[in-house]
Amino acid sequence: MIVSQDAAVQISKAEALLHDWLSRRLSSEALAWLDQQIKLLETGQRPQQLAIAIGLAPRKVGKADLDLTAAELQAAHDVRPGLDPGGWSVDQAARILLVLASAGANRDAFAESLERVFAAAEIGEQIALLRGLPLLPEPERLMPYAAEGVRSAMQPIFEAVAHRNPYPRERFSEAQWNQMVVKTLFIGSRLSPIQGLDDRRNADLAQMLVDYAAERRAAGRPISPELWRCVAPFARDDEVAALSKILLSGTQAERSGAALALHECPVPSAKAALRPHANLVSAIEAGRLSWNSIS
Amino acid sequence: MYIDPHAHMISRTTDDYEAMARNGVVAVIEPAFWIGQARTNVGSYKDYLSHILGFERFRAGQFGVRHYCCVGLNSKEANNEALAEAVMAILPQFATKEGVVAIGEIGYDEQTALEDKYFRLQLDLARELELPVMIHTPHRDKKRGASRSIDVIIEHKLDPSRVVIDHVNEETIKEVKDRGFWAAFSIYPHSKMTAERMAALVTSFGPEQLIVDSACDWGVSDPLSVPKTAKLMAKQGVPEAAVKLVTYTNALTVYGKSGQMAETDWLSPPAIDQRTLYQGNTVLRGGQTPRVGQPDS
Repeated sequence: MIVSQDAAVQISKAEALLHDWLSRRLSSEALAWLDQQIKLLETGQRPQQLAIAIGLAPRKVGKADLDLTAAELQAAHDVRPGLDPGGWSVDQAARILLVLASAGANRDAFAESLERVFAAAEIGEQIALLRGLPLLPEPERLMPYAAEGVRSAMQPIFEAVAHRNPYPRERFSEAQWNQMVVKTLFIGSRLSPIQGLDDRRNADLAQMLVDYAAERRAAGRPISPELWRCVAPFARDDEVAALSKILLSGTQAERSGAALALHECPVPSAKAALRPHANLVSAIEAGRLSWNSIS
Repeated sequence: MYIDPHAHMISRTTDDYEAMARNGVVAVIEPAFWIGQARTNVGSYKDYLSHILGFERFRAGQFGVRHYCCVGLNSKEANNEALAEAVMAILPQFATKEGVVAIGEIGYDEQTALEDKYFRLQLDLARELELPVMIHTPHRDKKRGASRSIDVIIEHKLDPSRVVIDHVNEETIKEVKDRGFWAAFSIYPHSKMTAERMAALVTSFGPEQLIVDSACDWGVSDPLSVPKTAKLMAKQGVPEAAVKLVTYTNALTVYGKSGQMAETDWLSPPAIDQRTLYQGNTVLRGGQTPRVGQPDS
């Protein structure tokens, strides 16, 4: 199968974007190596070339933070809405560029080559490849990698899919999405870097989180204040009662989370519960307190 | 600071990692070996290599210990020709991964023809990829096995300063050292080398070219062998500089030749590593829980 015209244009735009960032940051020697590898990959003659190039990338280009400017981040968003390379490093950008360079010619050959690379990828390689998923063609064929990524017991690999990545919001089924969100809390990670968190809230997820909160409470363990973000629109009187208790006795972060949830909750008792906490309400309404600001 | 340059961490517990970090072990090298019983197919070998390059490396980092590895086909499993052929085909792609500091541990076990064949092929691979080599010397017929290993390494034109001969003892140290190789000693509670004998060897042969390791694995072994031996040597009057050479610097010098292991990895890790793959000692000592996922996560 040959890559469609639109996909080909999208790939070359993404390649140009990454190449532009790297050319401003790499030494001429490192850039020459990268350009030579890109040429080799574009001809697509040696099946092992992608694995070799990806393996060597950090020792050739280094591992510094990419540290993009505001203009460069905007350019990223223009090429691929939702792309968030703010936390990428130079070697990750180079590895993604190498994958893109090999995606040009033949889709089936590319799919095979990607499968080979993933099958033997070490941690750093996996993180780079997963962060690059939104730039790759044929997103439906990438699902096994994203699904396996969020199954990982290695937090940085899990986060490479879950955090700052538009792939889950665009492609995950509700069941996959819910598992990912609950696992994020379960492993002590943050919810706020998940893209589409509010848009993809659903009643089933809210129920899973309410049950999880009960389990934590029974065990005497703290409950992340972020949990209530996905519960708020579906909260009933029981949850409002639990949140009201947190408002009275929680830590500052827990109280902030409870107030944010109650503020968004449609149940009438929520408004009543918030009434004695005018300072929190005014902070929310003035934009000083938001889900992104609680820790 | 200590380096344990031979430790099969895949079969050790989190208590071991905590104890190692607490006792000053900053880095470990995990050589590929068999796992107590023979593997029957290349798939399990591939997953093993992925595991020591992946999850084990990550796990170590969560305890403030930097983890490196050696990849290779061990001598025991070299006797299964079908498996050996298939493993040889996948080795090159693993040998060039980040954190791979040598081809190893390779060498002889029973000294069969198949062991010899795959030992030689892997020496050629190490030369081609410019990687150091870790040699496992046989536990039976050790003296002749060690001499033979050295002869073959020289025949295959490897630079002795890039090759570590491991499991050395009083009988083999002289030849290994005289012929320009690094001599490593596995300090075991009941077999191999003991800390007392090690201290005596450092005193009589000098610390140059000598390396101490624990070779801790699934058997009765001690992941604290390196720090314990260092303390014993100090108590017996071995100068501090000599202790540092055999428990830290020498290992760093030879495995650092891979370009994949440097002191800065643990003293000032790159920002991206610091955030994702390595919780420095100080962070963990502050009481932070390791970030390894729960088994059911």
